[in-house]
Amino acid sequence: MLYREAGQFKTSYSADQQIFPILQDRYGYWVILAIFGVLVPMLASAYWLKAILIPVLIFSLAAIGLNILTGYAGQLSLGSAAFMAVGAFGAYNFRLRIDGLPFLVALILGGLAAAAVGVLFGLPSLRIKGFYLAVATLAAQFFIVWVLVKFPWFSNNASSGVITAQDVVILGYHFDGPQAKYVLTLAVVAALALAAKNLVRTATGRSWMAVRDMDVAAEVIGIRPMRAKLLAFAVSSFYCGVAGALYAYTYLGTVEPEGFNLDLSFRILFMIIIGGVGSIMGSFLGSAFIVLLPILLDNVVPAIFGNALGAGFASNLQLIVFGGLIIFFLIVEPHGLARLWQIGKEKLRLWPFPH
Amino acid sequence: MQFFFEVLIGGLLSGVLYSLVALGFVLIYKASGVFNFAQGAMVFFAALTFVGFQEVLPGWLGLEPGSAVVFWLAFVLALASMVVLGLLTERVVLRPLVNQPHITLFMATIGLTFLVEGIAQGIWGANVRGLDLGIVDEPIEWLMDRSGILVSKFDLFAAAAAGVLVTSLALFFQYTRIGRALRAVADDHQAALSIGIPLQHIWGIVWGVAGFVALVAGMIWGARNGVQFALTFTALKALPVLILGGFTSVPGAIVGGLIIGASEKLAEVYIGPMVGGGIESWFPYMLALAFLLVRPEGLFGERHIDRV
Repeated sequence: MLYREAGQFKTSYSADQQIFPILQDRYGYWVILAIFGVLVPMLASAYWLKAILIPVLIFSLAAIGLNILTGYAGQLSLGSAAFMAVGAFGAYNFRLRIDGLPFLVALILGGLAAAAVGVLFGLPSLRIKGFYLAVATLAAQFFIVWVLVKFPWFSNNASSGVITAQDVVILGYHFDGPQAKYVLTLAVVAALALAAKNLVRTATGRSWMAVRDMDVAAEVIGIRPMRAKLLAFAVSSFYCGVAGALYAYTYLGTVEPEGFNLDLSFRILFMIIIGGVGSIMGSFLGSAFIVLLPILLDNVVPAIFGNALGAGFASNLQLIVFGGLIIFFLIVEPHGLARLWQIGKEKLRLWPFPH
Repeated sequence: MQFFFEVLIGGLLSGVLYSLVALGFVLIYKASGVFNFAQGAMVFFAALTFVGFQEVLPGWLGLEPGSAVVFWLAFVLALASMVVLGLLTERVVLRPLVNQPHITLFMATIGLTFLVEGIAQGIWGANVRGLDLGIVDEPIEWLMDRSGILVSKFDLFAAAAAGVLVTSLALFFQYTRIGRALRAVADDHQAALSIGIPLQHIWGIVWGVAGFVALVAGMIWGARNGVQFALTFTALKALPVLILGGFTSVPGAIVGGLIIGASEKLAEVYIGPMVGGGIESWFPYMLALAFLLVRPEGLFGERHIDRV
């Protein structure tokens, strides 16, 4: 009843091409942003902000990055964590080596460094596809972590490559409390997510989808697969890089190369599978799901079964539930939570009538 | 020069172990076109189940711990579990995903990896366990006296086991009725169906055989390094082996494994010190990557032709 576009007439081309064509969606976007940007930081506890909301946002950004590459351009990557590492260590080094470099500039430079590395490891995608490419990205995963551990220059000669992020200062304001860090993360993620949402419906985004669906056909209609694929690698790695820099600066504070391991890459892949392959919204849903699920399991399982099952059981259960969910979603709902969200919206448009 | 040969032989013998894991991949890929990322988890599951049965069987049946009866009973039970696991996978995961894109199936097997790892540790616990096959890991004296090259008896045994396994698999594929059906399915699913070969039946058998290969690989790896979670990483090392050898070729898996094993050890010894060591972790991937650019279908793989 409330969610219906009856009476909303589009009288100009720009109105027809808006990101959110339905008025309720436009208001909804601002309402959600206001809730998460103003109400949540005022009401949520420091634990919620630090341990749940900030990582959800950061992983959403990484998931958007992987989604651009895998969901839109169709190139499977198992190295997203390594590109996050490049972003984190890149931003750290830019701030360390260049005096007085503003934080946001360092963030972008970190992302660009990741993009450059991404293009380098994306080069094989011009010749190989599918799981061959997955193996190529595995090379990136192992090689980058090895480089960051073995060459102490990257971590300013710290032992085993551990870096401690510098203070986050923008225009003289110190972002040190969880509230401030949360708002900063939200601002960066919201801006980049909107940019991604826009990007995937431009000519570039459409060329990615054409390459994904059939590269030969895409070439025939005049899309250069090389350019499209490398651009997808660059943009995807940029997003992962910025996510990695935020991971270091606003989430953990202290990171080591080994923290960006294959497991993290898999987690990001799971986020887009569960959230929805080829959906920006899905990246957020999947990230929230994957971050919240272990916390939920940790709290619910002891409450039901008591402590009889031992500590190891919880982590095994987590593996089993993750694995099972991946298979379940691939079989039952390959488009993930985003598709469920969409079905919900379709139903809402008709409610309370059946047709 | 002597040192070079020692490293080379050590590398070749560890390459045999990679080949064993890669073999499981090739079997499943050939027959069903599924790239089974969970092969490493299956190796882990198999080794853990074998060791687990070895531990609990004496208590259940009142047998002497460490006796031959316990060994073979545990082997048979572990094999049965692997076959059941394979059949379940075929039924629950693959059958609903028939005709989906390869990449979907690949992601499903990544999910399967986590599932199998969780179940294995959930049942048997996550402790590192030793596995004793009754072969000591010491150099062969005869060879050491003659040429001064150290070659472990255990490695040689592993190589022999791999050789026997590959030969028997090749014979099985070549000369039995089921083997013929398997090759038919690998060639063309539809043609095989049309002459009355039951596809799902064949897939069940392939997963069972892959489970058997995983069990052998798991026992040898486990005896070498202990049965622990790190076993699952062997699967990752098997990926460059496959790329080098070609996804569809059994000899390719063997040759690829030998090349990867030898080159990674040689690179570690000769190039490693120049850049700070530890290059074993990524060298095989880079080698495979460089190889892909020259020959995307691998050494023995079938040339892939895109039909539009």
